[in-house]
Amino acid sequence: MADIALTPARARRHPKRKIGMRIALLIGLLVGAVFAGFPIFWMLVSSFKTNTEIFASPPQLITQGFSFDAYLAVLNDPEEIRFFINSYVVALSVTAFTVVFAIMAAYAFSRYEFRLKKVLNVVIIGTQAVPPIALIIPFFGLMVTLGLYNTYGGLIVTYIVFTLPYAIIMMTSYFNSIPRELDEAVKVDGANAWTALWRIIVPVSVPGIVSVAVYTFMISWNEYLFALTLTRTNDLRTVPVGIQLLIGQNSYHWNQMMAISILGSIPVLILFLIFQRYFIGGLTAGSVKN
Amino acid sequence: MTAVRLAGMPRRGAGMRPARNVAPYGFVAPTVVLLLVLMVVPIVLVIGYSMLHGAITTTAPTFVGADNYIALFTDPDFWNAALNTLVFTTASVVAHLLIGLGFSMMLNSRLLGAVPIAIFRVIYILPWLFTAAIIAVLWRLLLDPQGIVNYLLQAVHVVGSPIAWFGDPGTALFAVVFMNIWAGYPFFMISLLAGLQGVPTELYEAARVDGASPLQQFVNVTLPHLRPIVISMAMLDVLWTTQQFALIWLTTGGGPISVTEMLSTFTYKLAFTGFDFSSASASAVVVLAFSLIVAVFYVRSQRAER
Repeated sequence: MADIALTPARARRHPKRKIGMRIALLIGLLVGAVFAGFPIFWMLVSSFKTNTEIFASPPQLITQGFSFDAYLAVLNDPEEIRFFINSYVVALSVTAFTVVFAIMAAYAFSRYEFRLKKVLNVVIIGTQAVPPIALIIPFFGLMVTLGLYNTYGGLIVTYIVFTLPYAIIMMTSYFNSIPRELDEAVKVDGANAWTALWRIIVPVSVPGIVSVAVYTFMISWNEYLFALTLTRTNDLRTVPVGIQLLIGQNSYHWNQMMAISILGSIPVLILFLIFQRYFIGGLTAGSVKN
Repeated sequence: MTAVRLAGMPRRGAGMRPARNVAPYGFVAPTVVLLLVLMVVPIVLVIGYSMLHGAITTTAPTFVGADNYIALFTDPDFWNAALNTLVFTTASVVAHLLIGLGFSMMLNSRLLGAVPIAIFRVIYILPWLFTAAIIAVLWRLLLDPQGIVNYLLQAVHVVGSPIAWFGDPGTALFAVVFMNIWAGYPFFMISLLAGLQGVPTELYEAARVDGASPLQQFVNVTLPHLRPIVISMAMLDVLWTTQQFALIWLTTGGGPISVTEMLSTFTYKLAFTGFDFSSASASAVVVLAFSLIVAVFYVRSQRAER
């Protein structure tokens, strides 16, 4: 506030320096924007090209043959549609389970002292550091043994385990911000903890739950290593793995690969744009302020 | 916060008595079961596998003690992968930090209006919103010998003839590092931006009144405030970057002639193309141990900041 009031006075004192700094800043921002945005822009442009235009020299910025053919080709291929269905089934199931389990565990962490708490806390923090590559071998063995290899169930349960720890941490910090008086009041009226949680705490925690859900969905939607290793047949492949299969099949259908990349990114982009604030707030609260 | 907790404490103690201590166990039961079966058990398994010969592939694997580790540590391919991972990680983390810092400071500037800054912020976050599999395919298109990057570099005469960035042993490591820098800086940027916005304006004003130059303000006000964020982000980034698999696997696959082989791709190949699950497990345990050491430092630094 005070700074805004000061600005005009300072601007009057150094008008030229101020304009020069503005221009320098704008140039810096534009250079950064090209670095960050150009690859994405090129992906979008390429998805509307015909395949012969992809490597045209000089490169075509706005294509003469602008068309949705690549998108239509992707959307008319039952195998590629299946990748999307698989990704939705897996990501939505994981999100539902992780949110429910995280709410329950976070409530215990936030409201109770119990003997397992310290150990569990260490495990939850520690598991975040466990690299997926270190677990891929035993997971492969376990899923084969449990009959979950090459099933939705195998992927779903795997992703729950990898999203749950951070979801619990996010959820616990959210619950900690809710006054205890709220659920204590209900319990005094004779309701048990379960009722207090779902009737009182959950309804006032929607922002926290949303950020946990968005985080979980994004992780599950984007995961590659386990999706690659724990599925074998194409009818169970998710989008990230499916894109790679496309490279193998039609090596040079770049326009289709860019189209499926765009289509495969849309759910995450939409979620991010809608829930940007919740999401960044939740993430930084968990990782920075602690 | 403390006040609320202190006020609530006696009553919470009273309210807990009827429920005994059964309730919390019920609440954490699904989490405990899942983490036990699919986190603790796999860790035990992978350590076990690493001390066997013929794990998973044979019905009666034999116990060989530390043999797999000895073989691993005397394997030049392992050290090559470890060195590549070190180069990849160091270069990526330093670049993520510098770019994240530069971008977040530009975005935090008040010289431009809120709307243009918001637009730039969205553009700058973009790379973070695309998954590794998609980023890998995109950069294969961009860095193709006939692709746009080669065209532009030739147009400004930086290179004479097209370069197969991912295919040439001389450039492949640089190419995957560059791609990873592009893919990973936004997380630093977002966290640093949150940190910058948390610096009290009064501090800058006080510094200005004392006649501090913008550089002095940066060194004496901004940097000390960002230090904890920089340290924790850098350690998280080391953890993530050393584990990076999809970006490498889908662009170079560790090649050509192993110049981009990382510990992750090295381990994966041992297991799923060589079917030597025992050696792969030994390599996986090394990666695990490294990650846990970094994690311990991370947790310690977090405690120290508090």
